[in-house]
Amino acid sequence: MANQRGLRNELGRVRGLGSAKEGVGHWWHQRLTAIALIPLSLWFVASLICITGADRATVAHWLGSPINLGVMILFIGALFYHAVLGLQVVIEDYIHGHGARMALIVLVQFAGFALAMAAIISLLVIAFGH
Amino acid sequence: MPSHPRPTSPHLQIYRPQLTAVTSILHRITGVVLAIGTLALVYWLVAAAMGDQSFDTAQVIAGSWIGRLALFGWTLAFFYHLFNGIRHLAWDAGWGFELPDAYRSGWAVIIGTVVLTLLAWIIGYAARGGF
Repeated sequence: MANQRGLRNELGRVRGLGSAKEGVGHWWHQRLTAIALIPLSLWFVASLICITGADRATVAHWLGSPINLGVMILFIGALFYHAVLGLQVVIEDYIHGHGARMALIVLVQFAGFALAMAAIISLLVIAFGH
Repeated sequence: MPSHPRPTSPHLQIYRPQLTAVTSILHRITGVVLAIGTLALVYWLVAAAMGDQSFDTAQVIAGSWIGRLALFGWTLAFFYHLFNGIRHLAWDAGWGFELPDAYRSGWAVIIGTVVLTLLAWIIGYAARGGF
């Protein structure tokens, strides 16, 4: 049996498979961020309901709490990671040209990281002032 | 005609929609809708970081009828994607694959989405003390 398989072990043979050539990593990270987003997003929506229609000072006061600020940053990180992974699957399914698909995925990834950074810096500015 | 009655790919124009298929594509659609919604979230946070004036503008946009309509749509998309996402995680764990279970969980997702969306908006308006 070992001779038929050659010298490559089973892990070596399955690594790098899948449409994105990265094995199960994408799938697993999508699930991890999904699980993290269940409490984080519920907390975020509940918070939004509590501060609906508020002025800037109220929002700043809310983000002045280290817990609110920290959970909000975690939410932003998980949200954009999950969104980028999800949009990548949609692009892989519907965009068939190799170049266009690659370009769109890279664009979504760059945009996702840039938006997450803009959101986190804004949170810090709101919390700690100018 | 082929001699073997092989299954053909469904022609979506004449294919009767099934709950399982509709909930599946809705998960993808609501995911894309929510990803677009992150642009509004980032705009709102950046506006709050920039100062009172820009934040007031953002709040006026959010409170306008088109802003509220968009927020209501995003609330629906959020609760749908949340509940159906939990359904998908259960499937990933190997639970609820039998067809009656899949239909029951599908209806539970739809009913839960409508109920929680309305509840969130009722609580939101109550917290504001009216419209």
